[in-house]
Formats: sequence, C-alpha cells, structure tokens
Amino acid sequence: MFADLDNELFPAGVTRCSLSKFLLWLAFIGLFFLWGLYAAYVILSNGLGMSNLDNYFGFGLWITFDLAVIALGAGAFFTGLIRYIIRIDELVKIINLTVIIGFICYSGAMLVLTLDIGQPLRAWFGYWHPNVHSMLTEVIFCITCYCIVLIIEYIPLILEQKQINSVPFLHHLAHNMHVIMPLFAGLGAFLSTFHQGSLGGMYGVMFGRPYAFREGFFIWPWTFFLFILSAVASGPAFTVLVCTFMEKLSGRKLVSFKIKSLMCKIAGSMLCIYMVFKILDTWAWANGFLPSVGMTFDQMFFEVIYGKWLMFVELILCGVVPAIMLITPAIRNTPALLYIAAGLDCIGIIVNRYVFTVQTLAMPVLPFDKWFTYAPNWTEIASSGMIVAYGFIVLSLSYRYLPVFPEEVKLNK
Amino acid sequence: MSEFKEFATKWGLVVDLDKCTGCGACMISCQVENNIAPVVEASNKLRSLNWMWIFEMTNGKAFPENDAAFLPRPCMQCGKPPCVSVCPVVATDKNEEGGIVSQIYPRCIGCRYCVGACPYHARYFNWFDPIWPEGMEKAITPHASTRPRGVVEKCTLCHHRWNYAKEKARQEGKDPSALPENAYVPACVEACPTGAMYFGDLKNPKHKVHELAKSPNAFRLLEKLGTNPQVYYVSAREWVRKQGDNQLPAKEKA
Repeated sequence: MFADLDNELFPAGVTRCSLSKFLLWLAFIGLFFLWGLYAAYVILSNGLGMSNLDNYFGFGLWITFDLAVIALGAGAFFTGLIRYIIRIDELVKIINLTVIIGFICYSGAMLVLTLDIGQPLRAWFGYWHPNVHSMLTEVIFCITCYCIVLIIEYIPLILEQKQINSVPFLHHLAHNMHVIMPLFAGLGAFLSTFHQGSLGGMYGVMFGRPYAFREGFFIWPWTFFLFILSAVASGPAFTVLVCTFMEKLSGRKLVSFKIKSLMCKIAGSMLCIYMVFKILDTWAWANGFLPSVGMTFDQMFFEVIYGKWLMFVELILCGVVPAIMLITPAIRNTPALLYIAAGLDCIGIIVNRYVFTVQTLAMPVLPFDKWFTYAPNWTEIASSGMIVAYGFIVLSLSYRYLPVFPEEVKLNK
Repeated sequence: MSEFKEFATKWGLVVDLDKCTGCGACMISCQVENNIAPVVEASNKLRSLNWMWIFEMTNGKAFPENDAAFLPRPCMQCGKPPCVSVCPVVATDKNEEGGIVSQIYPRCIGCRYCVGACPYHARYFNWFDPIWPEGMEKAITPHASTRPRGVVEKCTLCHHRWNYAKEKARQEGKDPSALPENAYVPACVEACPTGAMYFGDLKNPKHKVHELAKSPNAFRLLEKLGTNPQVYYVSAREWVRKQGDNQLPAKEKA
C-alpha cells in the first residue's frame, strides 16, 4: 500500500526504484548523517577544543569545506545568470539541478559555520553590530541573503510536485514565481558575485599574512576577483559531475550530453580567463610583493605537506590542463575526457581554497617562529561528512519526487 | 581596509632584549593580573592561553659563536592593526586615546578571523570553558572580567590599571590625560626582575620610552608588513635587530 502511495508522488511519466530500496539507501546515508550529528553534539556541548583547531590554525577543514562547497555551488547563480539574464534557453534542462546543488551547498556551509564559530548563539551579531570594513561581514550578509534567494528559487520546484501542483492555488503560485524568477536570478547573481569575491577578499586583506595578502583595485584585493572567476569556472563543471553521478546511480539518462558539454564549455572558458589572471597574480606576488616584505618564494613552502607540488597541482594539473581540455571541442565532446577535465577543474579549486585557508596560517611570519602542521580530527571530518550526507538526502528526495529534469522522460523512452 | 590610527597619547612598551633572561615572570604576572584561566592540558602550547609569550631567538651559529635572546611578546597594539578591520562584529577596536587595541568579550562571536590575521600570534581563543582548580578561584581579581569559552582574548596592556591611575590622578586634582612616568604600568613591566621592560607614553618627552623608541638599537617586529606596532625592542646585537624584521632595514621610527 505504501509503495502505491509512493508511486503517486513521482513526477509524471518517470520510473523510480522501489520504496524499500530507496529507504535502505536513505538509511545508509543516514548513518553518516547521524555520525556527524553526534560529532556536532560533542563540539557544541564541550567546546571547539574537541576539534583539532588551535591558536595557530584558527581555520581548518571546516572553513576549507565551506569555501570549497560555496565555490562548487556557484553553478546555481552563474547558470541562473546565463539562463535568465543572457537567455541561453537550453540551460533550462539543467537549471533545476543547479538550484538544488546551490541550496545544498549554501545551507550546508551555513550549518558548518554555526559549528565553527565559538559562540553560535551570537551569529546574528553580524547583522546587529556589522563592521563595514570587514570582508567577513559582507560574507555573512550575502551568504544568508543568497541562501534565502535559493530557497525562493527552490520553492517553485517543490510546488511542481505532482500532488502539490494539483492544488490550483499552488499551481498558480508556482507559475507566477517562475515568471518573476529572472528577478531573483539577477539578485542571486549580484549577491553571489559579491560574497564569492569577499571570501577571496577575506584572505587578500590579511596584510599580516604574506602567503595570502594581495594588492588590488580600490578596496578589493586581487583575490576578490580571482575567487569569483574560480567559482564560476568550477560551479558549472561540478553540476555536470553531480548530474553524471546521479545518472550512474539511477541508471537513467537525465540530461543530454549536449547540455553537459555546453556547461563545461562555459566552465572551460571561465577557467581559461581565471588561469591567465591567477598565473599573473602568482608571478606578481612571488616577484613583487614577497621581496618587498623581506621574504622569498621558497619560504612560502614547507616539506611535502605544504610543498610546491600543491601549487603545481593547483595551477598546472588542475588548472591549465582542464582549461585546455574543456575549450577544445574534440576533447570536450568525448564523455570520459569531459568528466576527467571537470573533475580536475573542481579539484584545482578545492586545492586553492585549502592552501589559502591552511597554508596561509601554517607559514611562520615571525622570523624566529617555525612551521606547524594541521590535520583535522574525527569531529571535524564527521561533521563535514554530515553536510555531504545531508546533500545526498536532499538530492535523493528531490530526484525521486520532484520534476528536476525536464528531459528525463524523453531521454529514457 | 585598515587605517593607521594616531593618538595624542600612545602607550608603548620598550623591551631591552639584552636584559631579558627569559625567566617568565612577565608571563606569570600577566596570567594572575588578568584572570587567565589555567589550561587543563597545557602540554600543547598551541592551545594554551598566554597573553604574554616568550620566544627564543638564536643566531643559528655553532658554539662558541652561538648566541641566544629571549623575546617577550605581548599584543603589539599595532598602529594599523591587522586584526581590527577584519572583525565582522566590531568586537575589537583601536579607537581610544592611548592606542590600546580593545577586545569586547560579550560581543565576540568566536570566528577567529582576527586570530588568523595577527602575524604575532597575540590573540588567543578559549577552546574550553575556563576552570579554576579548587581554591584558585579565590585568587580571581576584580580587575579583569573572566571570559567564557568560544571568544578571543588578548593583552590589553592592563587597561584597568590605566583606569585606576586616571582615577587616582583625578582624586589628587591632577590631569588624568598627562600621567607622570610610572603612574600606570602593566603587570608584566612591574614584575620584570631585570628591569628589561619600560612602559610609558611614546608621545610624551618626559617618559623614558619616548627616547628609547628612537634609539638606533630599537626595532619593531615585522615593520615591513606595515602594522606599525606600539611595542619596541632594543638590542645592541645586530643579528637580533635584523631577525626582528626578516633581515630588512627598519623603517622610520614613530
């Protein structure tokens, strides 16, 4: 009986796995979620001392995780911008997925941040006592506002669920929300651009930290612009990877390869622009700024853990290489190579966020200090895993019950 | 972005590194004066709470040329503090005459952005609730408020002592904005057994630090970064002075 009821909730014309199989899947994901929930309880009840963070590494896995998922979730605002403002209508076939991924990434990042700050009950102080000079204030404002925009973008999709949509009022509400969606796409693009930039700006303004500090334009350090570019260069590629992963898991075609290729073409183009500026920025930092504060390029690296190999992985293997692969039609139109390039692109951006977060703090600025190293402990890993599990659950439920992919029925005939 | 802040009174510390023996009396007096809770597991020095910390410097040479110096490090009370502009909730500020960088514990959300921004590691986070061993809570002073877990704390140059000194001056009918030498000194300076630490108004010619800070042997930590500290160090040893700022010539003195 439950299975029949469940069937009635599916989008029109699609097939889904059995209810028992789906519940088993949710239970499996739920284990990771519960483990993370326990870790969160340990942190919140005992204090941040239960993590592996310390006075040298005030930022660690959580901030890296936050910055990485926010960059990878940039597919939502950038695809929305292209779809609704620039009007590339083909992207309508993948836009719903970008919104869901964006929502997961941003809401997940906010959950992690409540763990990461020492006084979570004071999180609203960012609004009440804002410091207009702090990049983090801007991040707090834009992330929370943009998360609301993503919820507004997600609601019409929920309202299109078969049973909900049979209620005339909700049907019309969903329709009208779709009509005004370009407004929210524009608003989302504005908010997201600024906080992606401010996340980069957060590091770029740290003039006491030579590894991260950058000169810039007006009040914005170059990292402000680089973080925006790297986010739009990786967000669409991440959406394609998630979509493909869902296809492998469900055994169904969800989006045509043409659309994936288009998404990756957009990502690749942005990655090319990003890499030009990133390499220029790195060169100027190494040859201009560092000598001006009495430091050398070699001083920025330490043994294997914070070695130069990380920089080469970020800039060459996961930067220049995927950029070339993604803008070369012959490579981009070969599925396996497209996925490899998209994967490298995403890894490159994750490495970038990691080194800016951890290596910045690991590098001894005082001449008589030494390098320290950081590795997260189980509480940090489990709670980050909880967010990944949360993402899996939201995505699984959305895929099963909501008409996420307009082309699914046609592609699987 | 951060701006350079100038004041008519600039409280400053000058430490003579050639006199410092690294005994740690400044650290201990600071702990007691400012109600810094003892850390239960203090073997991890990256987790301990020490507003004043002593670094060991060495010239890196083998015996018999080997030489060492000890460098007490309070908060530098930077003229252009890297920590202040980054705080998202204005929980730290440099806006009061005297130039002491404040920390407002009830407003701090514990994001630790200031901890990361400070190149001197002068900011400390309360990783756990403060616990005083039985009996030790009786030694808590009324001068400095205790801090809960989850907030950042730092050296305030014993700001409460300044308040007391101003109060005393008013009672005696003197000008509280022109305190004489030694009317206000932080606990670390008072406790230093070798007299290696000098404290006063860097702008006041009647205070010893005014001259000491201009000494050719004076330097500030990481001057090239542009933080403009109000804490100066003095050493007749060239290698010590060079090591203070990554072997670069010091910029103009305040």
